[in-house]
Amino acid sequence: MVAKSAGDSPIQVLTRKDFISDQEVRWCPGCGDYSILAQTQRVMPELGIPRENIVFISGIGCSSRLPYYMNTYGFHSIHGRAPTIATGLKASRPELSVWVVTGDGDALSIGGNHILHVMRRNVDLQIILHNNEIYGLTKGQYSPTSPLSKVTYSSPMGSIDWPLRPLAVALGAEATFVARSLDADPHHMVEILRRAYEHKGASFVEIYQNCNIYNDGAFEEFTAKEVRADRMLYLKHGEPMIFGKHEDKGIRLNGLKPEVVELGKDGITEKDILVHDETREDPTIAFLLSRMDYPEFPVPVGVIRAVQRATYNDLMEEQIQKAIAQQGEGDLEALFRQGDTWIVE
Amino acid sequence: MTTATRESLSPEVQDVDRVTIRFAGDSGDGMQVTGVQFTKTAAVFGNDISTMPDIPAEIRAPQGSLPGVSAFQVSFSSYDIFTPGDQPDVLVAMNPAALKVHLPDLPRGGIVVVNTDEFNPTNLKKAGYETNPLEDGTLSSYRVFQVPIGTLNARALADMGLSAQEIDRSKNMFALGLMCWLYSRPLDTSIKFIEERYGRRNPKIAEANIKTLKAGYNYGETTEMFAQHYHVPKAKLAPGLYRHISGNEATALGFLTASKLAGRPLFYGSYPITPASDILHQLATFKRFGVKTFQAEDEISAIGAAIGASFGGALGMTGTSGPGIALKSEAIGLAVMVELPLVIIDVQRAGPSTGIPTKTEQGDLLQCMFGRNSVAPVAIVAPATSSDCFNMAIEAWRIAIKYRTPVIFLSDFYLGFGAEPWLIPDFESLPRLDPNFATDPATFKPYARDPETLARPWAIPGTPGLEHRIGGLEKGHIDGNVNYSPENHDLMTRLRFEKIERIANDIPNVEVFGDEEGDLLVLGWGSTFGVNRTAVQRVRAAGKKVSQAHLRHLNPFPKNLGDVLKRFKKVLIPENNMGQLQLLIRGRYLVDAEGLHRVTGRPFTISEVEQKILEMVD
Repeated sequence: MVAKSAGDSPIQVLTRKDFISDQEVRWCPGCGDYSILAQTQRVMPELGIPRENIVFISGIGCSSRLPYYMNTYGFHSIHGRAPTIATGLKASRPELSVWVVTGDGDALSIGGNHILHVMRRNVDLQIILHNNEIYGLTKGQYSPTSPLSKVTYSSPMGSIDWPLRPLAVALGAEATFVARSLDADPHHMVEILRRAYEHKGASFVEIYQNCNIYNDGAFEEFTAKEVRADRMLYLKHGEPMIFGKHEDKGIRLNGLKPEVVELGKDGITEKDILVHDETREDPTIAFLLSRMDYPEFPVPVGVIRAVQRATYNDLMEEQIQKAIAQQGEGDLEALFRQGDTWIVE
Repeated sequence: MTTATRESLSPEVQDVDRVTIRFAGDSGDGMQVTGVQFTKTAAVFGNDISTMPDIPAEIRAPQGSLPGVSAFQVSFSSYDIFTPGDQPDVLVAMNPAALKVHLPDLPRGGIVVVNTDEFNPTNLKKAGYETNPLEDGTLSSYRVFQVPIGTLNARALADMGLSAQEIDRSKNMFALGLMCWLYSRPLDTSIKFIEERYGRRNPKIAEANIKTLKAGYNYGETTEMFAQHYHVPKAKLAPGLYRHISGNEATALGFLTASKLAGRPLFYGSYPITPASDILHQLATFKRFGVKTFQAEDEISAIGAAIGASFGGALGMTGTSGPGIALKSEAIGLAVMVELPLVIIDVQRAGPSTGIPTKTEQGDLLQCMFGRNSVAPVAIVAPATSSDCFNMAIEAWRIAIKYRTPVIFLSDFYLGFGAEPWLIPDFESLPRLDPNFATDPATFKPYARDPETLARPWAIPGTPGLEHRIGGLEKGHIDGNVNYSPENHDLMTRLRFEKIERIANDIPNVEVFGDEEGDLLVLGWGSTFGVNRTAVQRVRAAGKKVSQAHLRHLNPFPKNLGDVLKRFKKVLIPENNMGQLQLLIRGRYLVDAEGLHRVTGRPFTISEVEQKILEMVD
């Protein structure tokens, strides 16, 4: 792989190995995070960014250990606050490629406020949310994405908290790029990570991640290889939302309600099937997709929304350039003397 | 103010050394603008000045009500002054509520200028007056000037085609004009200000303001009401070019200057909070200097972004007041752990929780010292005066950069909003700050330390070969990898502690004002400088063996502080809290320091401190 060079630094050939740090990976054996780490390391050389210009920033939780294992710049910060540190870094160093690694508890519970604001500001960074629907590092409490009635150590009679849908939160927060992938599908994940990088603005990616210790098999009933085709919907831009082992099922819009229909039955043809358009400005259909759950629906994965809007960091730079164009470059000595001055002899 | 006789018929000019005026009115009456403008006029003339705004907590409390009273006190003099004065010589009361709130501070014989137009039954009732104080003898021991300011202002602007509201809003300029005449100040500074403020946007309002300003001035000159007017000669300040500056302005300028001295861009993350928002506003106007301001979603995000900016090699800063510091505590701990340069401004306000946002206090010292989990020392600097905010802002960055540490800049409401003349510095003569980034992959270790300062390298993203990971988990000595070993944790705790202690080798000794030894040392920090200095001057003039020392570095303390303390029989520490520096001094130096504690939301008066000193030495 030949990487694009920045400025006049020599062209380097980087491989996945160049992104593996010297630190021992310490997730539980069998954790879905291993797959996410591997795909992240795999996609990096394909992006063509000099390694020194890549920064991974995380909060707290199992997922947030990821930066230690990436041989890039990294910052393992405090619980829920990675988006804030990433915002400050990106705003002051727009040329860097900044990745936020977070989890369902980190992003949606303690860091809920920051995740909203980093998306609505459209800071140009990638937010990778490992969703395992549980608190793993603290040993098994229900998380903001755990289903109602989930029995955990802190909810022996079942959770009474209604869960959040990460994609719906992102859409509600005016995110310009919203996608979902899963630890069990490496090829899909690499593709989605690449798309997240290519998008200019805040890219929000939810990745279903199995916690084999505290929440094993949380997604298995639709992610298992043998059922995946029938129970998941792989979204492709410009193509009808068709799924099933035999590609015989699809999503039709009935008014504002999506429904699963069988192709060929009752005269239904491909023309009746909703065509996925990730660039649609109106987020209504994206929102409907974000609420499609198994078993009523196949679970959608892929890029749900990808629209263009000016980024926060670009707008910040523009204002500085505009201020300089209008008022001239700042003159500190003149600023000192601004207003009424007088001389004491 | 000195003698004034009412007998003389023609107005004459009399020299006085110092005058303190308090402008008080409804919060919509423009008292802050009036006060600031008068201050600038005095400053441009060459007086020393010191000011204190007294802003109501509510943005618009009900008109005419007691909580809605806004005031501004300015003291100007022909000699060096350090405080805005204990008591005003003149009270300008724009309505009954203003009179009710502020009359108790006016000494007998003081001048009261009242706007009689507002003394109607409704307003009197709102102010809680059962009878009209202008008629019932309440003011018999003051020199009262009854001026129908509203009517005179309306008459001056009658033919301009302005709305009643627009006319009414200009009346503060009539009061300003009147005061300018009374104290022999020319109007040109104010006219220039009005033209700059309204000229382009609303020339008609500018014209109205100037017209009524002149009307106020002429009213003073032509009526026989004031038998005298006064002249305060120029003060003998150090030679140079001066301007009027508030503490928050000086703070913003100081931080911008630090950024230029370091050759690194300034990044300021902040969440709006009284009384720190002014700094955000000011820095937001510095875009042409490359300053980036980030109005965050909350206090935590504000500091998080600042840490991110510092990680990237900018001068990352955040600013807030006490409640915001509480919210930032965890992130300050992170900055201690990752050992990055960071400056946190705390413009202290009164009270725990929300407290009294628009009043001053010094209650955050211990929060800044210790308000974090585990052992997490940070450096703390505290400006002593409003203009000193400039110097200490640069000092905060000098320490933060050199020692790779968070530094708290501890200001307060009184310093931030108070104003004084500022001797404009020569930028070229200020020492440069060297960010000294790490660049060499061959020698780079994330937690290797400078042997003298114990600072670790500042290795910013974008530097090839220095890719490394930092974070809040305990780091291994030198290699910076996550490390939970007991011996390493003990070592790292000691290194972080020792690093802050070693800053003491690099800061000036505390200076003693007065004799190097004696009966009593008055020790202070922050905004008590002025009152302490004046009180000590007074008792020294009376022959007492009392000296003053004032701390601008609170962590670590200057190296000579222990020796200085031991040279005095007694130590007094006046603080606007219940004895926070006192606790630190006693704990650190085993000195039986006494405290003087006032938490009224206002600075000490000079006489409060003076009285306490006399109690202790007599």
